[in-house]
Parts: sequence; C-alpha cells; structure tokens
Amino acid sequence: MIRIAESAFDPSAELAGFIESCGPDLGGIASFIGLVRGNQGEARIDALTLEHYPGMTEAKLREFEETAQTRWPVSRSLVIHRVGRMIPGDAIVLVATASAHRQAALDACAFLIDILKTQAPFWKYEERDDGAHWVEACDSDNAAAQRWVAE
Amino acid sequence: MKLLYFAWIRTRIGRAEENVDPPSTVQRVGDLLDWLEQRDETYRTALANRKSVRVAVNHDYVAFDHLIARDDEIALFPPVTGG
Repeated sequence: MIRIAESAFDPSAELAGFIESCGPDLGGIASFIGLVRGNQGEARIDALTLEHYPGMTEAKLREFEETAQTRWPVSRSLVIHRVGRMIPGDAIVLVATASAHRQAALDACAFLIDILKTQAPFWKYEERDDGAHWVEACDSDNAAAQRWVAE
Repeated sequence: MKLLYFAWIRTRIGRAEENVDPPSTVQRVGDLLDWLEQRDETYRTALANRKSVRVAVNHDYVAFDHLIARDDEIALFPPVTGG
C-alpha cells in the first residue's frame, strides 16, 4: 500500500497498524523511518518542505512496490511519504515490508527506500540558519540504488 | 502540449505549468528544451545545465531523444531528492 501524507503522520501508529494487518502467519517485518534532521554540517535546519509531482509520484511508488513483490517473497508492503512543510524530528517516510523470510523483508525494504530516493519525484527545500535552498541530489544515494540494478 | 515544472526549475521559470504549441520542427524532448530556451532568458537560466534537467512524459522518465506528441504531459524537473 502506498500513501502520500499531506500532514504529519505517526510512524509508530502506522507501523503498528501494518503489523496488525499482516496477521499471525507472516514471519517477519522490516521497516525504515526517515526523519527530518536538525542540522547539516554546521548549519541548523529550521524546516524542510517536500514538493512532489501528483500522479507520477503515486504511479512510481506503486511500480516500485510491484517490483519489490515480484523480486522478493514479500507478501505485504507499506510506503508512506510526507509532502509539505516539516520541522526537525517530523517523519518524512516510512517503508515496511513483510515476509516469511528475514532477508527478503530486509532486502525489499532497503530496495524500496533506495529506489524511492533516486526515482520518485520528490524535491526537498531546506530552510536553514544560513539561508534557504533546494537540496541537491546526492551521489551516494545513486550508488545505493545502483546496487539493486547491478545484482 | 502541457508542460509542468517542479522545484528550482519551477521557481526559475516562475510558473508551475503552461500549455505550449511549439512548431512542427519540435519533435523530440531535446528540441522542446532548445525551443523553450530561445523563448526568453528565464527558460535559458532554468534549462541551461542539461545535466540537471530530468524529463517525464506522461509520468515516465524519458531521454532527450524521446519523440513527443501534441497531447503529452511533459514535466521538467531537477534530479529528485525525496526519502
């Protein structure tokens, strides 16, 4: 399941709901929760705004979920991504995957967050004590996503 | 065709979307970017660095040599930074 959250969401409550929805026969659940950080190097981050491309975002997230479920024996997955203005500590993203097998759940979860970071149409705008700017794409994120292509 | 702009490409061009009617010589994404750039300075500023321009046609990523159609929705944006 995928969801674009226009307002704050509670990752603990969402994860609890996901675990509940999986029932007793699943084996294991892996999850990743991304939060707004409070600083970048020396600079203090006051706020982070996430812009996205409505329509394409949902299409891409569904496509990534289908890829994960084809590639690994993952029976359920959940991706929630915030948009709008956030402050440090707010949840940006939650990815959770459920499988009978530990490694499949962990790998599918890592795949989903790596592919989302490099291909889902979201853009971050940071308001910092040294100015405001659009965040630049990061080479290490591309490398992380690339390992799933190479395998 | 409908054009959409996001992030700093949107702020540099100064609008989020517009409908355009390029000449028939504009057949591929690259032609469209060239045509936009010669319209005025704001487009040149936004699109000059082609390495930082990503293109989606009807919600799918495409390369600059992709053939475009009149009824396409074409989005121009910088490399994504979500997650």
